Amino acid sequence: MREAVMKVFRGTDSGSGEFKTYKVPIEEGMVVLDAIHYIQGYLDPELAVRWNCKAAKCGSCSAEVNGHPALMCKSRMDHFPEGQEITVEPIKTFPLVKDLVTDVSWNYEVNKKIPAFKPSENADWTFMQEDIERVQEFRKCIECFLCQNVCHVLRDHDRKDVFYGPRFFVRMAGLEMHPLDTENRAGILKDQAGLGYCNITKCCTEVCPEEIHITDNAIIPLKERVVDEFYDPVAKLFKTIFGKKK
Amino acid sequence: MNQSKTSGAPAELGATSRNDAWWVEPALVATGFTLFIIYATWRALVDYQFQEWGPYLSPFFSPKITLPGWQWSPAILILWMPAGFRATCYYYRKAYYRAYFMDPPACAVGHFGGEKYCGETTFPLVLQNLHRYFLYLAIVVVGFLWWDAFSSLFYNGSFHLGLGSLVLFGNCIFLSFYTFGCHAFRHLVGGRLDCFSCTSGAKTQFKLWNIVTKLNEHHMLWAWVSLCSVGFADFYVRQLAAGVWTDIPFIGS
Repeated sequence: MREAVMKVFRGTDSGSGEFKTYKVPIEEGMVVLDAIHYIQGYLDPELAVRWNCKAAKCGSCSAEVNGHPALMCKSRMDHFPEGQEITVEPIKTFPLVKDLVTDVSWNYEVNKKIPAFKPSENADWTFMQEDIERVQEFRKCIECFLCQNVCHVLRDHDRKDVFYGPRFFVRMAGLEMHPLDTENRAGILKDQAGLGYCNITKCCTEVCPEEIHITDNAIIPLKERVVDEFYDPVAKLFKTIFGKKK
Repeated sequence: MNQSKTSGAPAELGATSRNDAWWVEPALVATGFTLFIIYATWRALVDYQFQEWGPYLSPFFSPKITLPGWQWSPAILILWMPAGFRATCYYYRKAYYRAYFMDPPACAVGHFGGEKYCGETTFPLVLQNLHRYFLYLAIVVVGFLWWDAFSSLFYNGSFHLGLGSLVLFGNCIFLSFYTFGCHAFRHLVGGRLDCFSCTSGAKTQFKLWNIVTKLNEHHMLWAWVSLCSVGFADFYVRQLAAGVWTDIPFIGS
């Protein structure tokens, strides 16, 4: 039976943690999460890993496989050349708990800061498909936080103090573009959420397991809406004369 | 709540666990941009005596502008507009932030730069927000290039079609795909609306937005193809004007 060589991060601290090597038998259709489960079950029961659905829908098993932020349950073992070591590490942007498990609770705190959906009191709840299609793409998000992990503003510059991150721009885009929402979040996007810190290098889009066009369909349209409000005097004048867009 | 990262201090430039050739893309982009910038600068500032030949006007020198007392290259008066459009373009920003600024050079690869990262919130990068104004100027420039392409069909009072006209038309098509697939244009034609079905005007804008979205999905492709086409169109006219190449006439002479 073919075997894969897995190098898995072990430890509770990034400084003192180390990689341990395991040999795992490969079966057809196996994914990296299966290999981790094999290690847990037969080689090292103390290995910590967070997972739930094993179907790329719960967003729990985010990790870095050969340096690529990815869901372990969506990373097929036959994707890697035979004989190549497969490195599995925790996502780097959030505090390490143990082995492959990180504390992503910062994201939930950010989520609370976003003004919720606010329909008008006399809203007509019948709306057309073309008005909701854009928003439906954003609703696919499974909150795996891979986009937050790979975003260099959070990952390298560690600007959690001023920047909400791509996951929450997706959420805010879903609210801002909703035909029934009446809240204006442009000011929050510009200031508290730090949209201007994003330099649109598109890594969030590249790693999204739901293939949401985070940059093109959420972040850039939001940047343009911020331009409407704060950087475009002609648009501002136009809006003043002809009224607010619907 | 502990806010520290698992990786501790910010990663050094190039630090990564990736084992693929992540450096190839930024290296190719940096090479492509650098070659174009060197060529365009040389043509605009040094080699500008070869601006037109017969019915063809180089896109670097269109529209023809004559200012009294201006003794430098006319390209200086023109090229800042398309250059500004491309410099503030959302695709190019991604490309040069990765390739030149290395911030980051590739996804999940250590960046280059200090700890005081401000993104596009402070001067000068906050000026990226003026992208739509450069779009307006770029549309005017593209309009002149279409005019030049059609004008090349009528030379010395008769219809004329040569390889140069095809080069100019091809350039106009690619530049139009790039310009009208721009993210700012997509926003202005309809993306700014929350409701596409609420008014008859909004329904028209929705149709436009869909067309622009189709172009926008390949914005990177059109950015590169149009960059190459505008460079080649200029080079073709330059070679004709310098007497190095001879145009191939299909109809007329």
